[in-house]
Amino acid sequence: MHRVSNYLSLRAVQRCFKIPNNGGEISSGIYFPRQNSVSVGGIRGYAARVAPGAAAVDKAIQEAESSTEGNKATPADAADLAADRPRFPGSRSKWTGKMDFLMPEAYEGIPVYRVMDRRGIIDDPTQDPNLDEATLVKMYQTMTLLNYMDKILYESQRQGRISFYMTHFGEEGTLIGSAAGLDDKDLAYVQYREAGILMWRGFTLDQFMNQCYGNEEDIGKGKQMPVHYGSKELAFVTVSSPLATQMPQAVGSAYAYKRAQNGKVVICYFGDGAASEGDAHAALNFSATLDCPIIFFCRNNGYAISTPTSQQFRGDGIASRGPGYGIPTIRVDGNDTLAIYNVTKAARDLCLTQNRPVLIEAMTYRIGHHSTSDDSSAYRSVDEVKYWDQEDNPISRIRKYMTHKGFWNDEKETQWRDKAKKQVMVAFQKAEKKLRPAPEDLFNDVFDELPWNLRKQRKEMLDAVKSHPEQYPLKEHAKIGSAST
Amino acid sequence: MITKNLISRLRPALVRPTTSIRHASAHFTYVPEVAREEYGPTSKRNLFQSINNAMDVALGSDRTAVIFGEDVAFGGVFRATVNLQEKYGKDRVFNTPLCEQGIVGFGIGVAVAGSTAIAEVQFADYIYPAFDQLVNEAAKYRYRSGNQFNCGALTVRTPYGAVGHGALYHSQSPEAYFAHTAGLKVVIPRGPIQAKGLLLSCIRDKNPCIFFEPKILYRSAVEEVPNGDYEIPLGKAEILRQGTDVTLVGYGTQIHVLKEVADMAQEKLGVSCEVIDVQTISPWDAETVCNSVTKTGRLLVSHEAPITNGFAAEIASYVQKECFLNLEAPVERVCGWDTPFPHSLEPFYMPNKWRCFDAIKRLMSF
Repeated sequence: MHRVSNYLSLRAVQRCFKIPNNGGEISSGIYFPRQNSVSVGGIRGYAARVAPGAAAVDKAIQEAESSTEGNKATPADAADLAADRPRFPGSRSKWTGKMDFLMPEAYEGIPVYRVMDRRGIIDDPTQDPNLDEATLVKMYQTMTLLNYMDKILYESQRQGRISFYMTHFGEEGTLIGSAAGLDDKDLAYVQYREAGILMWRGFTLDQFMNQCYGNEEDIGKGKQMPVHYGSKELAFVTVSSPLATQMPQAVGSAYAYKRAQNGKVVICYFGDGAASEGDAHAALNFSATLDCPIIFFCRNNGYAISTPTSQQFRGDGIASRGPGYGIPTIRVDGNDTLAIYNVTKAARDLCLTQNRPVLIEAMTYRIGHHSTSDDSSAYRSVDEVKYWDQEDNPISRIRKYMTHKGFWNDEKETQWRDKAKKQVMVAFQKAEKKLRPAPEDLFNDVFDELPWNLRKQRKEMLDAVKSHPEQYPLKEHAKIGSAST
Repeated sequence: MITKNLISRLRPALVRPTTSIRHASAHFTYVPEVAREEYGPTSKRNLFQSINNAMDVALGSDRTAVIFGEDVAFGGVFRATVNLQEKYGKDRVFNTPLCEQGIVGFGIGVAVAGSTAIAEVQFADYIYPAFDQLVNEAAKYRYRSGNQFNCGALTVRTPYGAVGHGALYHSQSPEAYFAHTAGLKVVIPRGPIQAKGLLLSCIRDKNPCIFFEPKILYRSAVEEVPNGDYEIPLGKAEILRQGTDVTLVGYGTQIHVLKEVADMAQEKLGVSCEVIDVQTISPWDAETVCNSVTKTGRLLVSHEAPITNGFAAEIASYVQKECFLNLEAPVERVCGWDTPFPHSLEPFYMPNKWRCFDAIKRLMSF
């Protein structure tokens, strides 16, 4: 039993304490002695003047305590107590007399939604999205094409032919499953390990390669490091290296979309490490308070470079944070492409119909190294990697499912492999032969127009090149003066 | 943040004319200017009212434009957004959570999606949490994407500069941090007429802009401001007073100090000063400044921000390169000291008219 006194309402307090009206005022439960009853003689004088009142309060407390000891509250008090709720503007809840810390360990982790098991068998038939053959084949082919492209470009970096690369090994399912669950016109903000979205939407192998080589046909004009793709046409906002910065930006775009009522949502991808950035906090909070139609898609692959999740957070992953921000949240098996598809599609509907954000945490595993600048065997075991590569891989899992359905077989696999490899190699060789942008392109697009100082600096740069042409890699670049703008 | 909330509550005291005039009279006098006739009919407005009016015009002429930040919905702690929510609706003028990196990131996203974003950071002193979003993101959006994406429709407004008693975190002048970043435009008006025209230019410019509003002028600077829609071009300095002996360059509140200094120099030394308000810090109008120095042969640059690596350093080094043969004396910089901005010691920190006057004497006697 809780002591009744814990539930005393303001009115009950007034009644119990029988505070004389001329002795002071009750406001917010705090006893304020009247100013004019306080002498200017300091604390002693003050105590002396209020002493009679204090005696009355003591008496009232004694009365109140004696009446509560036997739980003898009057019916009027009981009604008051029942209606009594905390009125703090900062929360919605009820009182409790039990001092109970909310222990995070007391709760089971948020469950992982799964549609098919590792053998490609559906647990619950009602959850099978029953995608048609053409869609499933496109999904599978995109996942495997991405996988081939990763292998070729990873190797090319090892050979020093491109400066940098990041693979998607093990995360193909999160990318293609979610891309298929969206409308292709939905605006995607990503981190960097999401090229599958672009590939699904029709970014060509030539375009990927041109970006990695930074040649003159790169639509990013050779300004950024490899894998920093972007395409206005495919509603895929250009990647930047600073982590999580895209998150509050995606929220701003979602807000603009809501005002434009264009029937589109914004999706924002990020890793479990990026979720520790302040910008992640900003984004989640802004999206909820400003009612934005945005899907936050977290790729929780267990590592941020060498840092395991145990050193990244102590809560139940990223998903557990969603409810704290007032965001509908789900956790899903990232290696189950169909589960990813289902939750993304449902999240999209939820965003559009309710104008509110949704958080999806896709549990997966980063099979590859963080990047070509990283050797992950320095911080994790080869056996651990092998398990995810061979026993629980999104590509092999969906292939098994498609085989059960009769949509795929070994013969198709062999033909597709050959075709895919050939496509990748052709695009790779083409991109390698192309020239890099003209030198003066260095100054373009800083502003919409070139200000005087950049025009001046461009001339200085070109003069410097003319003085020492042999000191610059001019043969690798398009001719001076050939840049557009 | 506690300090910030306290100050927000104390805001009437911070900007009440009696208070600011008491402090202001110690270091400058605001002399109302007359707007160009071509801008049309005028009404008497102080700086915050003219900024409010500029945003009213911007929202009226662009249905995609939105205003957001901390406490902007009820009118803002400096009253700059007063009545705008009532007029344009809660979806166009709204409060955000208290998070500067979120405010600027959100604004970039609004702009990327093709809408006009007018973000407010409550004090320039609190813009640093958004430094990453401004410097790594906003400034580089167009460049890094090969002009596929841009956030040119973003403007960040923020109260700025000394206010008499703002101490470390309600007095700062952080323009030089941003002037070092390619891709951002940085603009500072000296009074109500310029504030409206320059802010409208920033809002409509196709590049992300940071608009610093000298908060000591919010109420103390009052003049006849054109009612209509007019823009003052970015990247253009304005010669406020013609002179032949010394060029005085500054921006924001410091312009009023320099104008007074020019009078003192004329009166006490018989020295003719040319006063230039650069208005746009980045990209700045070097041509106007260099033409003036070519004529006068002497240059004084003055700003409230600390001297080392302040924007005066950029002006000074550029001018000495371009005008080497014309310079009769080393370039003088009269700036804040290389200290944090102090509370009760503010009068000794400020680059006041006496320090500027002494610099002119040094320039003339070199």
